[in-house]
Amino acid sequence: MELIFSLAVGIMAASGIYLILRPRTFQLIIGLSLLAYAVNLFIFGMGRLRLGAPPVIAPALGSDPSHYADPLPSALVLTAIVIGFATTALFLVVLLASRGFSGTDHVDGREPEE
Amino acid sequence: MVLLLIVLLPFIGSLCAALLPTNARNAEAWLAGIIALTVVVLTAVQYPQVVDEAVLRLMIPWSRTLGIDFQLRMDGFAWLFAMLISLIGLLVVIYARYYMSPADPVPRFFSFFLAFMGSMLGVVLSGNLLQLAMFWELTSLASFMLIAYWHHRSDARSGARMALTVTGIGGLALLGGVLLIGHVAGSYDLDVVLAASGKIKAHDWYPMILALVAVGALSKSAQFPFHFWLPHAMAAPTPVSAYLHSATMVKAGVFLLARLWPVLAGSDLWFWLIGGAGLCTLLIGGYLALFQNDLKGVLAYSTISHLGLITLLLGMNSELALVAAVFHIINHATFKASLFMAAGIVDHETGTRDINRLSGLYRAMPITATLALVAAAAMAGVPLLNGFLSKEMFFTETVFLGRPEWQRLLLPVAATLAGMLSVAYSLRFIHQVFFGQPAVGLPHQPHEPTRWMLLPSALLVAACLLVGILPAQTVGPFLHTATGSLLGLSAPSYSLAVWHGLNLPLYMSMIALFGGIVLYLPCIGRRSAHIPLLERLDGKQAFNWLLSAVNDFADRLLGYLSSRRLQTQLLVILLVVVVGSLLPFADGPLRLGKRTLTEADPAFALLWVVGALCAVAAAWQAKLHRLAALIMAGGAGLATSLTFVWFSAPDLALTQLAVEVVTAVLILLGLRWLPKRDERFSAGKPEALRAHLRRLRDLLIALAGGGGIAALSYAILTRPTVDGIASFFVKQSLPRGGGLNVVNVILVDFRGFDTFGEITVLAVVALTVYALLRRFRPAPESMALPAQQVEQDLRDAPRGPDPAAGLPTGYLMLPAVLVRLLLPMAMLISVFFLLRGHNAPGGGFVGGLIFATAIILQYIVSGTVWVESRLRIHPLYWIAAGLLCAAAAGIVAAVAGDSFLTSEGWHASLPLLGEIHLSTVLLFDVGVYLLVVGATVLMLIAIAHQSLRSLPRKTETEGAS
Repeated sequence: MELIFSLAVGIMAASGIYLILRPRTFQLIIGLSLLAYAVNLFIFGMGRLRLGAPPVIAPALGSDPSHYADPLPSALVLTAIVIGFATTALFLVVLLASRGFSGTDHVDGREPEE
Repeated sequence: MVLLLIVLLPFIGSLCAALLPTNARNAEAWLAGIIALTVVVLTAVQYPQVVDEAVLRLMIPWSRTLGIDFQLRMDGFAWLFAMLISLIGLLVVIYARYYMSPADPVPRFFSFFLAFMGSMLGVVLSGNLLQLAMFWELTSLASFMLIAYWHHRSDARSGARMALTVTGIGGLALLGGVLLIGHVAGSYDLDVVLAASGKIKAHDWYPMILALVAVGALSKSAQFPFHFWLPHAMAAPTPVSAYLHSATMVKAGVFLLARLWPVLAGSDLWFWLIGGAGLCTLLIGGYLALFQNDLKGVLAYSTISHLGLITLLLGMNSELALVAAVFHIINHATFKASLFMAAGIVDHETGTRDINRLSGLYRAMPITATLALVAAAAMAGVPLLNGFLSKEMFFTETVFLGRPEWQRLLLPVAATLAGMLSVAYSLRFIHQVFFGQPAVGLPHQPHEPTRWMLLPSALLVAACLLVGILPAQTVGPFLHTATGSLLGLSAPSYSLAVWHGLNLPLYMSMIALFGGIVLYLPCIGRRSAHIPLLERLDGKQAFNWLLSAVNDFADRLLGYLSSRRLQTQLLVILLVVVVGSLLPFADGPLRLGKRTLTEADPAFALLWVVGALCAVAAAWQAKLHRLAALIMAGGAGLATSLTFVWFSAPDLALTQLAVEVVTAVLILLGLRWLPKRDERFSAGKPEALRAHLRRLRDLLIALAGGGGIAALSYAILTRPTVDGIASFFVKQSLPRGGGLNVVNVILVDFRGFDTFGEITVLAVVALTVYALLRRFRPAPESMALPAQQVEQDLRDAPRGPDPAAGLPTGYLMLPAVLVRLLLPMAMLISVFFLLRGHNAPGGGFVGGLIFATAIILQYIVSGTVWVESRLRIHPLYWIAAGLLCAAAAGIVAAVAGDSFLTSEGWHASLPLLGEIHLSTVLLFDVGVYLLVVGATVLMLIAIAHQSLRSLPRKTETEGAS
């Protein structure tokens, strides 16, 4: 499982990195989304992978930490997801405004001279 | 307490002054005058205590760990300066009331004036060197604002900029020097520093400390080679010149040198650095003053020259010279402020400051002329005036200098020469302006100004006379206290008598007096602006050249080091990250741990085969097939979401899922405004080899980055868990947080403050999106209705007899009914998720996103117009309510006596309802919920409204055609 998880993180990160190096703003926005997935999964993985042990205290098990998955990365990633959505929205609007002003969707706001 | 009041009152006054109406000239003057008078009285009554206790202190602890406290400290020297600042401030306020024209915006003037007074008092009363540096900077800023007071004039703007640049650089150097001193002495406390004098002088850093402090002090006091800013600062209103640029602010430099004299003086380096700068300034300033044609220019250069004299005295390494320096500081402030006032009166009443145009004003304004005459005589060092006394002390010191032979010979000669220059320019000032034939063709007919404008100048001149005739009875005790506090037990004895008998200094004075008159003779009637010999010594030109050279250099360096192209920047960042993260492995390869791994599940493998394919496909298609790429990215997001739920993070999975939906809608809304496919790509034009190579390079970087993160991830996943702070949260979740869902308890309770910050960010981003889109203009070619929609409309248009006529029409009627029914259900579910969040997966974030999705769904199926005509949603109110709820939850705790955002619970058993538990945590989560709804809906609606914006314009043009 750990191997599959790591490969998944790697592939999404690679796709994201490739896209953020591309010249079109839409490629950038998709690239950032993919990179965000990869980074969120990576941070989540720092708490190690546990099956069937959600950090919701079960009265039968009590408060022994060994019975539960690490809640801390989850808490961090949860807000990261929401903030990630906000920045995507902001970026989208900047992208649209830049396109409106400059007439191009190149990341530099102008077409490169070939 | 009184000390605090002395420093604080002017700042309070400054705030009040800023709030008064623009034309409240009298109210402003009264306010500033009363404040200055109060400060004068408060300072004056401290004097007996200063004499008795030597040092008054006030300390307000601030940052103990950094060793910085707010410390005020008044000894005799500080008292003298505080008195000087407040007293001359009071006189200048009275003068300024009549000087400023009714058209000038006086609140700005008095506000900055008072702020300056407070900062300057802060400088002299600071008991902590860092605090002193801060007030020092404040005086520079106030000076900047006051020089640029008439900011419609370009000379005022450039003069202000120059003054700020020079004194700002000096302030930075001073800060550096102070930090070094603090490090060597072990404290920034002035008392500790003064006690550590020996340690500092013996330290290796002493030359560095001295150089930095010298740059700070010399630039502030307009000493060579930083002297050039002061003449350009004369663009300020004359009261400002009189107060800041002659009497007080420029004295801050010499104040500091005197203050640190016991700590830093005594070395050869000090003599050459401080004394050398002083001597150069003394002579150059005096020489240049002789050739100025602007009244204020003469005074500016003479100020520079006199400050040079004071600096030279400080640099002589003799206690008596220090006494002379302090004495001359007082004397110079009185006669120079009075002279500036006289120059201001002349300017005010005649309309010009040009020496060549003015003459014979004695007849029209005899009182002004007399006052100016006496003050100028004091400046020239005529006996029975205060300037004479300190100049005699200066001459005496040059004669008895404890240095090698040639220096002992040179210095008295230079001093006499400076005295001659001083006499010559004073003479020129008086003779050309007030004597000779009455001037003709002046802008205004000259006449005596109002009495109140003369009073301040008259008082200062009276002080010059009193001190000059009866020095021991007037200024004597104060001078004694001041120098005593500087030098302590080593204070020398001196006599302030007017007559010391026939001695060498007196002869030097006489030579200076007659020599000055002789020197002036060739200058009579001289009109040229040409300055012989030193014409090329133009500080302003050098300064501008240096400034533009630095700018050019920075520009070129930036062009060389950086790129404006985003792709290049990102490439560099990624390369640094990849290479940088390889560095730790120089010692050895990445080691795997021995944690028992979870068994691979084929379903999970399949999930990620799909997920990975989606990610790669998104990367592949994002250029030309945006919709496909978006769907693929969504697929990867779903796989991520499922991974969260697989590995015991239901909260994350829920949030990810909800965000996935909202993001997809968001980007779909934006797709329309992106440009169509570029024809160049579809025309089958062969791509350049460079493009292929570039893509290959990026692919390699991507593989390296992805491979690296995968390896790192795997290595960590195989290692055993570390016992961090996680166990604390799990253990304390129920007892302290009162919730079973640990993740939610962390978010809304343990780390509530973080979450509070995060929802604030969310609100700010939403508002930014909203604001940006208000100014947004879509590209012209995107304005037309999309092709698909046009096609749909055509198909919907009735062709022949419509079988459906009579039936209700509209988009997506059936789904619309369902979705409308769904709205209340979705609301209920979102509230359900919100409420259960504390004990089971859910919470404010998820609940809010669910509700927002439901609202967006209404927009999608029914259209913006339909929804908004029936359902007014005010997302801004939601955001505000959310922030208020969250803040209220925090404040309730503060009211209850706990720290901000501590959870406060309330248990009760009610009849019928049973056991009830209310907690501020719920209120906080409600706040999160409201804010997430508001922010999400605001962003989505703002983008959705863009289509509406182009619509009316379109129908208008259609109607016109």
